[in-house]
Amino acid sequence: MPSALKAGGRFKSTVCETQVMVIKAPPGEHLLACGGAEMGGPTATITGTPAADAAAGSLIGKRYVNADETLELLCTKGGAGSLALNGTPLEVKQAKQLPSSD
Amino acid sequence: MNLSTLLDMAAEAFGERIAVVCGEQRWSYAALRAAAINAAAAIRASGAQHVVLLDVNSPAAPVALYAAAYAGIPYVPLNYRLTAAEINALLARVAPAYLITNAAYAKLLEPCADVQVVLREVFLTLPETSEVPTPAEDPHDIAVQLFTSGTTGTPKAAVLRHQNLMSYILGTIEFASADEGDAMLVTVPPYHIAGISAVLSSTYALRRMVQLEGFEAASWIAAAEAEGVSNAFLVPTMLARVIEHLAGAAPGTRLPQLKALAYGGGKMPLSVIRKAMLLLPQVDYANAYGLTETSSTIAVLTPDDHRAAASSSDPAVQRRLGSVGRPGAVEIEIRSDAGRVMVAEEAGLVFVRGPQVSGEYLALGSQLDADGWFPTKDRGYLDAEGYLYLDGRADDVIVRGGENISPGEIEDVLLAHPSVADAAVVACPDEEWGEGVAAAIVLKPGASATTAELQERVRTALRSSRVPQKIVFKEALPYNELGKVLRRVIKQELS
Repeated sequence: MPSALKAGGRFKSTVCETQVMVIKAPPGEHLLACGGAEMGGPTATITGTPAADAAAGSLIGKRYVNADETLELLCTKGGAGSLALNGTPLEVKQAKQLPSSD
Repeated sequence: MNLSTLLDMAAEAFGERIAVVCGEQRWSYAALRAAAINAAAAIRASGAQHVVLLDVNSPAAPVALYAAAYAGIPYVPLNYRLTAAEINALLARVAPAYLITNAAYAKLLEPCADVQVVLREVFLTLPETSEVPTPAEDPHDIAVQLFTSGTTGTPKAAVLRHQNLMSYILGTIEFASADEGDAMLVTVPPYHIAGISAVLSSTYALRRMVQLEGFEAASWIAAAEAEGVSNAFLVPTMLARVIEHLAGAAPGTRLPQLKALAYGGGKMPLSVIRKAMLLLPQVDYANAYGLTETSSTIAVLTPDDHRAAASSSDPAVQRRLGSVGRPGAVEIEIRSDAGRVMVAEEAGLVFVRGPQVSGEYLALGSQLDADGWFPTKDRGYLDAEGYLYLDGRADDVIVRGGENISPGEIEDVLLAHPSVADAAVVACPDEEWGEGVAAAIVLKPGASATTAELQERVRTALRSSRVPQKIVFKEALPYNELGKVLRRVIKQELS
């Protein structure tokens, strides 16, 4: 079921250990998936395994974005499934890493 | 969205890594998280609305910062150098509060029913709880509240929301990017924005924080060598003292582990950074420019910029050693006093925009304009490549007969005189022009220079309107504990 996403929201994969937090979200309703299965809320449990075509994995600390970067997720726990929005896989966004200044 | 996520991730991925070293104490990221969760339970039970720290650097600072986040209330570190009356007045503004302090500072406090006072040792050994806190994750909640150090009037309470600080950290640091042996030497006090960002960025990079109570060159160098410190932040006066202390050492022989040295918080004299680059050539230098209201760093002159400036024969590249670099995860623009957006090389007021910029004070509200730009109240200009040059605070500008004069350019000329060790230029009252130019000069030991000679130097390098009409020679200039020259004090003396 597509639903509204908002900054600060948290989602858990139902097919692997992946957990994400929404940093930025596009308006409207969207389907957030991991490992080919719709992601659940903070209390969701693992009930299956990632689909073969959605098993590239997610990495803790990486930010994932859609093509126009209207969606940005922070992966707070990595897992075997890969992330997708409305059926399109998300890409890793690099931090504009600064030389450590503090 | 909540700062505690940074610590959760660090402890989850590399819980055994050392987070904090303070004297004999060593805390892992897992231990830091456990202490913060225990403290959050105590804070919630107290009914406090703010977590206040009145203490020097110790493990209690990161624990209190994260405990406040887990408890879902603002963290308010106070300046322990304030007078007892000032501290008690600020406490009244944040009550009901949970206050962490030490025995010496506790004596300054007036008893107050709404403030629960907890000594540092007790705070760090609170009973264990199995209850994992679930703070509200509203990105708009206030994470940190810092009282500005205004020297006149009531201190303003600058607020930084979880979304501001998270944007800064996630936008500029890769998770777990530190090497396992990396360590950051933290000497800025916990109530300074650089003290807050040192904790957050070290946590997210999985870097060890080595805490010192205060700064003294010999003990700083000793701690850096003993702990194998790889990263540090210094204000310019601190770097100058470290360099003085190391003078005589052969280049490249001291601080062998030090990889990166960031500086900021004031104008870096070119002579100091040049000497530092010669003495410690293995170090990556970064000039970081930021403000409390912008969640720390907004522009950085990178190590590559430093090396390019030092080795270039192009004056436009050479002068970048005096720049604060290019914008990080923000936009910067320069505007005239009338609000016109300036082009390259035109000086004006510095404005900044981006998700890390809070630009907000309690009671006064947001200072952002309709398009989200924050007036830093610093003056400066951008070059054609987008490098930002600062020209002092807008408040420090001398208005002589309608002409705006920046103290910085005059100070640069005076400091270039071989006999001058330090110089500060301020406004002095002038019946004809409204304001005139005055200078306080510190001569190098045994050196001499006359007023006429210094005036002539400014006249030749700049123009007659810039010539200080009044010059006083002093033993030393007044600085605050973070190395900022106290212009107001000098101005009063010269009035």
